[in-house]
Amino acid sequence: MSYLSAENLEKSYGQGQSLAQALGKVSFEVEKGEFVAVMGPSGSGKSTLLSLLGALNTPSSGRYVVDGLDIYALGQDQRADFRREYLGFVFQSFNLVPYLSLAENVMLPLATLRMGKAGKRALAAEALARVGLAGKEGRLPNQVSGGEQERTAVARALVNRPPILLADEPTGNLDQQNSREVMELLARLGGEGMTIVMVTHSRDCAGHASRLLSLRDGKLVGDGLPPLRVVEQPAAAQTAQAVCG
Amino acid sequence: MNLRDIALLNLRRRKGKAAFVLAGLAIGVATMVALVGLAEALTQQINHKLEKYGANILITPRSDQLALTYEGLNLGGFVFESREIRQEDLKGIERIKNASNVAAVGPLVLGAVRVGQVAEQAQQALLAGVDLEASEVLKPWWKIEGQWPKPAQVMAGHEAARVLGLAPGQEVEINGKRLPVSGVLEATGSQDDGLLFMRLGDAQETLGKQGLVSMVEVAALCKDCPVDDMVSQISEILPGAKVMAIQSVVKGRLETVRHFRSFALGISALVALLGSLVVLVTMMGNIKERTGEIGVFRAIGFRRAHVMRVVLWEALLLSLAAGLAGYLAGMGAGQLSLPLFSEGHGASLGFHPWLAGGALVMALAVGLGSSLYPAWMAARLDPHQALRAL
Ligand SMILES: Nc1ncnc2c1ncn2[C@@H]1O[C@H](COP(=O)(O)OP(=O)(O)OP(=O)(O)O)[C@@H](O)[C@H]1O
Ligand SMILES: [Mg+2]
Repeated sequence: MSYLSAENLEKSYGQGQSLAQALGKVSFEVEKGEFVAVMGPSGSGKSTLLSLLGALNTPSSGRYVVDGLDIYALGQDQRADFRREYLGFVFQSFNLVPYLSLAENVMLPLATLRMGKAGKRALAAEALARVGLAGKEGRLPNQVSGGEQERTAVARALVNRPPILLADEPTGNLDQQNSREVMELLARLGGEGMTIVMVTHSRDCAGHASRLLSLRDGKLVGDGLPPLRVVEQPAAAQTAQAVCG
Repeated sequence: MNLRDIALLNLRRRKGKAAFVLAGLAIGVATMVALVGLAEALTQQINHKLEKYGANILITPRSDQLALTYEGLNLGGFVFESREIRQEDLKGIERIKNASNVAAVGPLVLGAVRVGQVAEQAQQALLAGVDLEASEVLKPWWKIEGQWPKPAQVMAGHEAARVLGLAPGQEVEINGKRLPVSGVLEATGSQDDGLLFMRLGDAQETLGKQGLVSMVEVAALCKDCPVDDMVSQISEILPGAKVMAIQSVVKGRLETVRHFRSFALGISALVALLGSLVVLVTMMGNIKERTGEIGVFRAIGFRRAHVMRVVLWEALLLSLAAGLAGYLAGMGAGQLSLPLFSEGHGASLGFHPWLAGGALVMALAVGLGSSLYPAWMAARLDPHQALRAL
């Protein structure tokens, strides 16, 4: 069995007359270390799919198994624990907590762990250094640029070294320069064996991935290589100079 | 960084948001502290007065005649005749169950005497024999021009001195005996003004009532003496006497203060309720505003209980601060308004550990209590929907 497998995942919102299917019976598998891009028109169910993969939403039907864990058979608390241990999230709108410094934002996933203050600080500093933000630990989110905020969000997703990274339009609010930096960062993580599922509107960004899932009206309509791919090896993506953003 | 740090950082870096809850709570606590503190200060003042007030139990011979009162004795020509109480029997008062509450037992012997040298000029006057030591406790307001009577001396009440023309240092003839006047009692506004006073033994001899007393005043000193119990205890050992509790004016005031205290507690409860509403509404607003943030917490692996703990930590820290601030503000306000309620100057609210503790408990109960629902709401937020709020 694959590392991550979605079986007939279906999600409808509302009920009765207003029942609307956002995602209809989607099935696919992802191997460890894959970098998957998800593309599709607006409203095609990309965010819904990602929320289901993130154990944040409840499917109307279908099964979702990660590392042998049947996620939606778990209780609320175990799902939270799963998110903490397996997942890192990066969202479009940065999602930093405004009253916490960059370092404190990065430490958030560690807040519920029994670990010394110093240990947490060190992990946060290390993660921030990885995204090129060493020295800005004490800044508040509104004191740094959008690109730096997004990279902080990536650092937060990395800090507890989860095996899976889920990103919903991580470059949606960034200019080209910042988008490329974030994408290169993700590609590098992919190269290091992290499993990544990233929703994007940009074909250029999708070009950094090793695989592309296409959604339309809640249905999986394509599963193959991403566009503009010139090299086969995902590790080589970090050298790709595609313009993304 | 742990959950408490998150709460602390939020409060520290978004002071404006915290200020509302803090103010709502602190005002409630301050009102409670000021009102209850005032009620307490006034109660203590009055208790203090009660202790100084003097006799609060009166023992008179049981009589089938009209009520035997000071007034009754004062009416000239009223025949004073009744059985008396034996002084010996009073020793029993020392053995009653609440004997430790008895501060003084003041036996009093009363009787009419003839004042003046010659029979035609002679006036009738009422002579009281008193126990001097007990009198100091029983009549703390007595001020004497001159001195207390020594053996074979007389002291005159203010009115008696005026009518009989007596002054300290003069002599007066009582029942044919010339005795020096040791002092004159300053006006008291009571029946004491019309009496002549001698030491108990002297008076008993002069009146021919050796070993007998006409009435006994007892001072039970303490703030919540079981006066009624003591009355029945004394009645038991003095079956031939009538024992009454004096309902004093001060007691009436104490009653008033009790009402004020109930009022204070009532208002405090009301203010606590309003404070709860302020906290509830403000916290709910805060939670709504922080929906996206809570979505992030959930996404990165906070359990529901963790989210709840962050909110409750905030409420706890705010409540502690509000309890402290409210206590200090309430003490200040109470102290400032104390002179409006009490006659004495320099009165102070004083430190009561229970009031400080009560303030803290109230702040915590209101602050945490009314944050429970918002915290629960926060914990119940659907993480997917919460993230969509961003
Ligand atoms: N919580 C919700 N309640 C009701 N309808 C929802 C909810 N979330 C999504 N939908 C609907 O489900 C469909 C898919 O939404 P989704 O957010 O997954 O699309 P998307 O592909 O991410 O779109 P975009 O590219 O604009 O982000 C849309 O029609 C949307 O209106
Ligand atoms: Mg979306």
